[in-house]
Amino acid sequence: MIDVAIAYNRYKFLGEEFLTWLWYVIENDQILIKNFDRNFVGLEIGDRIVFENRRKESPERITIKGEEAGLEEGILALKNGALVTELNMIYRSAELVWQFTLKGESLNFSSLNIPKTDLPDSDEDIEGFVLEKLFLYDKSLQLVKNLFAHFVKLRISNKWLNKEVSSIRKWIQSS
Amino acid sequence: MSIWSSKVSITQYNVQGKINSPIIEFITSGLVSNTIAEIDQQVSDRAVGWTSVDKPFQPDFSGSSFVFGNYFVFALRIDKKNIAAKILKKHYTIEAARRMLESGRDYLSKTEKQLIKDHVLNTLSLRIPATPNIYDIVWNYEESSLWFFSNLKAANEELETLFSNSFNLTIIRIFPYTAADLSSNLVDSQRDDLQKISPTQFVK
Repeated sequence: MIDVAIAYNRYKFLGEEFLTWLWYVIENDQILIKNFDRNFVGLEIGDRIVFENRRKESPERITIKGEEAGLEEGILALKNGALVTELNMIYRSAELVWQFTLKGESLNFSSLNIPKTDLPDSDEDIEGFVLEKLFLYDKSLQLVKNLFAHFVKLRISNKWLNKEVSSIRKWIQSS
Repeated sequence: MSIWSSKVSITQYNVQGKINSPIIEFITSGLVSNTIAEIDQQVSDRAVGWTSVDKPFQPDFSGSSFVFGNYFVFALRIDKKNIAAKILKKHYTIEAARRMLESGRDYLSKTEKQLIKDHVLNTLSLRIPATPNIYDIVWNYEESSLWFFSNLKAANEELETLFSNSFNLTIIRIFPYTAADLSSNLVDSQRDDLQKISPTQFVK
């Protein structure tokens, strides 16, 4: 494995391409996500997307916020060569809902909100309560882990340039 | 940040190395030996150590209280005394004037100035209580994964150092490259391909 500090900077683009691809998947291929969660109901864009365009002389950062976020502006940013650097998502599985922001360069989670759980009635219930909380955290982390692993395998395969990139380009241009 | 908060931040790690058996006794020993030390009414201005999630100001790791199924749940506590620059300057000025009066001189050498500064800092540190910051940790020892409930760079760096000193294990932060290399089940040829990739142009 290459040096961690070097790898962090060199592969920032991989996380940002992942988020850009993920937005494309959310809009066009929800069935793919079902492969990673048999109770999957949906993955939606939440209340925040951040873009960065490093193709310009001085890098440009665009933030779209709010529940009625105007995604047309986001598509315009992609058309101008930007990538998604932060993405807030709403994840639904069975009757439960998670919301979180994922940062491309670090894959760090922030503003992670898991489904509510009932408080324990007695000391004997504490272990079950903690394990339920941890299960709920793990569920959102596992979804992203599995999606990222799928993306990486696709990204280093011939299918990426031969098929996936042209599909993403078509989506960007036609949106 | 606490695992009970309504909104949390998580930085993920991969734990590398083998945990000595018996596992729970080994982890307990690492936690107890590096439990946070109280620095109120002490000269120290900073302390870093482990604490309990449920009792962060009365750390207690007895009776496997931090073990939940395959998970170890504990917390990193960083205590720091924040002395405002203006308070430091005020007390330094008063003390410097007193020393000059005592010595009958109207100047202080560089060494004297430094000694006064250290003395003032120590005196203030004794009087000012430390501000605690607590960051929860969830370690799944079967999966060799660890969640740290903060994205703050300084807190993550403290975790990495203390973890290594406490358990003689290394934790590797998960970010795009390490997630691909360590958590995506790539075969050797795919790892080679990963080294060669360059950014995609989504627009021509």
